[in-house]
Amino acid sequence: MTAEKKQRLSLLRVLGPMHIWALGVGIVLVGEFMGWNFTVAKGGVFGALVACWFAGILYSCVAMIDSEVSSTVASAGGQYAQAKHIIGPLAAFNLGLFLIFEYSMLASADAIVVGAVLQEVHSAFNTTAFVVLTIAFLTWLNYRGVHTTLTFNFVITAIAFVTIILLLFGGEFWSPGKIIDTKTFYADPGGGALDPKAPYGWLGFLAALQFGIWYYLGIEGTCQAAEECRSAPRALPIGTMSGLITLLIAATITWYVGTGLVDWITLGSSAYPLYDAALNTGKQWLIVALFIGTVLSCLASANGCINDASRAWFAMGRDQFIPRFFGGVHPKYKTPYRAILFLVPIIIAFGYTGLLDQVITFSIISGLLMYAIMPINIIRFRRLYPMDSIRRGYVYPFHPYPAYVLMLFAAGTFIAIYFGYWKNLVAAMLFYLIASLWFVFHRYRMVDRSKLYTMPWPRPKGY
Amino acid sequence: MSSENIVQVINYVAWVVGIGLLLWLFIDAIRVETTYDRELLVSSVEGEIEKEIMGHEEAAKY
Repeated sequence: MTAEKKQRLSLLRVLGPMHIWALGVGIVLVGEFMGWNFTVAKGGVFGALVACWFAGILYSCVAMIDSEVSSTVASAGGQYAQAKHIIGPLAAFNLGLFLIFEYSMLASADAIVVGAVLQEVHSAFNTTAFVVLTIAFLTWLNYRGVHTTLTFNFVITAIAFVTIILLLFGGEFWSPGKIIDTKTFYADPGGGALDPKAPYGWLGFLAALQFGIWYYLGIEGTCQAAEECRSAPRALPIGTMSGLITLLIAATITWYVGTGLVDWITLGSSAYPLYDAALNTGKQWLIVALFIGTVLSCLASANGCINDASRAWFAMGRDQFIPRFFGGVHPKYKTPYRAILFLVPIIIAFGYTGLLDQVITFSIISGLLMYAIMPINIIRFRRLYPMDSIRRGYVYPFHPYPAYVLMLFAAGTFIAIYFGYWKNLVAAMLFYLIASLWFVFHRYRMVDRSKLYTMPWPRPKGY
Repeated sequence: MSSENIVQVINYVAWVVGIGLLLWLFIDAIRVETTYDRELLVSSVEGEIEKEIMGHEEAAKY
């Protein structure tokens, strides 16, 4: 080891596939406990199922593409670092911002929900106190080390997942009509009333898409841990793919028990759909289990989001796309401690507003913007680095069709969001446009470009 | 003690623990900032791990 290397700090390489699974599923699983049910209000029970499948295909493409690129670009920052190497600095800057806002807003939303859930238990609970406590505890965990943070996430995510399975068994799915009663809940009431199966027809199916992504939103966050894996080419594809399979199972069960235990109108407006489903079983142990599952899923999501947002902020700081100060590594815990601390007041501030729908919509739009760039990323990656030119930990099949499917599905979801939240969409686009102008005309002049690309990669084809 | 009072106590505990954890973090961060060399703290470089685990033989910069 050279003297120069001895003086260099780096993030700790301690993560395996289990931690990657915990990071990906942990961020997402909260979407099964709340949010997905708005698909039922828009598209009915069948529209919700179509949205579940549609989003499942979209995220299968996301997971496959991400697994190939991130198993090669083993760097903190995930999609940000990928875009920097494959597309260019401006795309990378935007992706970095998308990641930070997607995850920090999601963390705020999770903390808001923890406070709101406790207030359901007793109205005297102070939601702000629990928003602060949730963020403070998870920040403390993240600050102290990535291994403990994601081991903790594995435990609470696994418990939350098990509560969904418990609801399936508690609903006695093997005896249709006894507790889970799809026949009654799906029946057309007639007499001019809306049919629960597809109350608004195909237009309702389209509108349901914007909420369908709740089933899987955030699985792409696994890439952020690339630099902290013992073996990124192995851990990332295994962790991400097994995470996606877990979520596909969880989403299908969630749809089935949700629509089979709660009538579509109540379900479509419920804040805690799986908890409401447990209430309808009348089994006290199941109600307690789903309450615990709801809280743990929020904690797991916020925990993973703090981890991911801080890695993106850290990577941007390291490249000087923002002040280099944020690229600091803690000498003892080997975590990006400055980035972690910087995000705390932002997450708490958004959590303090209590504007759950606005916060979540900004998070979803940021995520979707990232999905829109990912197909360009992978197509360029294959072009610049053909199969034999660079070692890949995973090669995704049927290229370039999953990239085209992702592009098409992302466009479809944008249209669906436009119908429901066009003002938010325009505001988000304006924000990212102004940020891009600031980057091009101001910040990028300060970047030391000789230090921007330090990956030991072969020269890209055509350069 | 009524349930209302118990919840109030839990609220105070939540505030104290939350703010206490944040204070712990900020004190530790200040200690790090004042103890270690600034250049060392920002010395992390992308690609260090790649060189070790990816094994690209034709390593070359852009």
